[in-house]
Amino acid sequence: MGILVDGDTKVICQGLTGATATRLSERAIAYGTKMVGGVVPGKGGQTHLYLPVFGTVKEAAAATQPDASAVFVPPDKAAGAIIESIEAEIPLVVCVTERVPVLDMVRVKGALEGSKTRLIGPNSQGVITPDVCKIGVMPERPHMPGRVGIVSRSATLNYEAVDQTTTVHLGQSTSVGVGGDPVYGMNFIDCLELFFADDATEGVILIGEIGGTAEEEAAEYLKTQKSGKPVVAYVAGLNAPTDRRMGHAGTVDVFGGGGAADKIKALESAGAIIAPSAAEMGTTMRRALGGR
Amino acid sequence: MNLHEYQAKEILKAYGVPVPQGTVASTAKDAADAAAALGGSAWVVKAQVHAGGRGRAGGVKIVKSSRAAGEAAKNMLGTRLVTAQTGAAGIEVNRVYIEQACDVDQEIYLAALIDRSLGRVAFLASREGGENIEETVTAQPDKVNKLVVDPNVGLVPTDTQALVKNLGLSGAQAEAAQSAMEAIYKAFIESDASLIEINPLALTSAGDLLALDVKMIIDDNAVYRHPEFEKLWDEAEVSADEIEARRHELNYVHMDGNIGVMVSGAGLALGILDLLKAKGGDAADFMDVRPVATREQIAAGIRMLLADAKVKAILVVAMGGGVLRCDTIAEGIAIACKEAGDHVPVIVRFAGTAKELGELAMQNQAVGVTFADDLADAAQKAVAAAGGKG
Repeated sequence: MGILVDGDTKVICQGLTGATATRLSERAIAYGTKMVGGVVPGKGGQTHLYLPVFGTVKEAAAATQPDASAVFVPPDKAAGAIIESIEAEIPLVVCVTERVPVLDMVRVKGALEGSKTRLIGPNSQGVITPDVCKIGVMPERPHMPGRVGIVSRSATLNYEAVDQTTTVHLGQSTSVGVGGDPVYGMNFIDCLELFFADDATEGVILIGEIGGTAEEEAAEYLKTQKSGKPVVAYVAGLNAPTDRRMGHAGTVDVFGGGGAADKIKALESAGAIIAPSAAEMGTTMRRALGGR
Repeated sequence: MNLHEYQAKEILKAYGVPVPQGTVASTAKDAADAAAALGGSAWVVKAQVHAGGRGRAGGVKIVKSSRAAGEAAKNMLGTRLVTAQTGAAGIEVNRVYIEQACDVDQEIYLAALIDRSLGRVAFLASREGGENIEETVTAQPDKVNKLVVDPNVGLVPTDTQALVKNLGLSGAQAEAAQSAMEAIYKAFIESDASLIEINPLALTSAGDLLALDVKMIIDDNAVYRHPEFEKLWDEAEVSADEIEARRHELNYVHMDGNIGVMVSGAGLALGILDLLKAKGGDAADFMDVRPVATREQIAAGIRMLLADAKVKAILVVAMGGGVLRCDTIAEGIAIACKEAGDHVPVIVRFAGTAKELGELAMQNQAVGVTFADDLADAAQKAVAAAGGKG
């Protein structure tokens, strides 16, 4: 049935009345996502997209019992919005906002500790279980319900993997973006655990990039697992300098570590199947699952 | 955003971290005058560029007279300093910093940074500071002490006490190191830093603790709430291309190949660089278009690539998402290509939201571009159009 979201997931949107949030929420509703309300400070009591708007997450939670909150607010408001949802004990928070200050995320991580909330993002495209529930900014079109779980740091590489797994008729169980920032919520390991436990997921595509040690940590975790499900890994940035910020804030490392070659080596030694290029994630998984 | 050493020291000094007396100068005469005004019998003249490894590259000179300080400054100013971290072109030295020299008994390494795995601020410290610290951190991690700060509690005195004890400090020096850590932590949080690195934190023969060199990086995402840092932004450190790109909200990094690249999304852009390499080509740049980009910003990016004489072909790869649409990108490409008239081959791979609309827009505008079916095809066509290796 996929991970994190399903057909019963009730979703509120923080920042619902904003232009982008409105457009994305309309598309989510059209896709079948069960949107149940919005939260916009100072606009409690209004109605937007035929949904009730509340002034606080607490009020929205009491009235609509949401399972998830989509945070579509500007970077300076993102941490506050996430923490508000954590305090209201919303089980899943998805933050797509780009350029959130990293020390704000350190505060958010502090608030997440011991809480009942899982956070996806920030700077993530969100999470989608094809044809069932979409929370985020991903294009719907390339998705197809199916067998492969996808987890990535980059949104656009994620879309490529989606497109490719659809092209080879595997489809996706659920696709998640952990986000491109240095400090963020759910990581590769959190998602792998869920995918390994999910009946609909037969294999996982893990998409990493330069910077940080998330791929190495995922490799350590994989060594301890015997799920029997193939993990195909692709790591971007073999030919990029690691001392420059390559778009994502998460690509820079203080001590010049975080190179792609080391990450690929770690994942390979942990039993992951390495996709040789960004163009071959789908075909590599097709072979791993015994297809032609 | 990187700060210069002298800027970082000014900030830390205001928080109470002990730093040497110093003055910044941009002419040899000012440098000589600064040394005389600072007093003492020996000075250090340091090139102010955003790169480590200055000492080994001749960017740090110890002098014994104010005249020699002027000489050292003259030899640095206007030259391009090439260090292990700058690349072959180096960085032009526009300012030097003159400080009183001191005799050093011990070099300590002390840094506050973001521990990405834990999502917390952490201190790293070692008794073996100095130029080889990066090797020490990777090869002998046991010689590096770590203190992780719980954001819900803050910096705990018993923790800093334990850390400075591990550094072998006691008495007044231990107390000075502890209060320096508290000051650094406060500066880190209040400045939205992502790194404050003091190397070395020197124990002088007079028994004082002094921050001799400081590297400080401010989180780009937080600069908006620090108007005081805007004037510290040094355009001289960045290429004209990167300033132009920044103006148009494009993430741009100059590279050495001959294929101009524009990609929607940073991760995919990294993947394209690797694909080009695998097909025998080399990217001239990394250019990542943000989801909120307008067609004018796209046009500005394409214009930059068209204006670059070393670019023999341009590859645009777009995966239309929930925000950025392929037709927006198509319009931007058309604007820039039509202005240019004759131009190098442009290869376009559209997918996702508004793929067909984007391709239709290009055809309607009668802009001569080559379409590619998938990533591999796109990379292949771009490498062929650029004539193989750059």
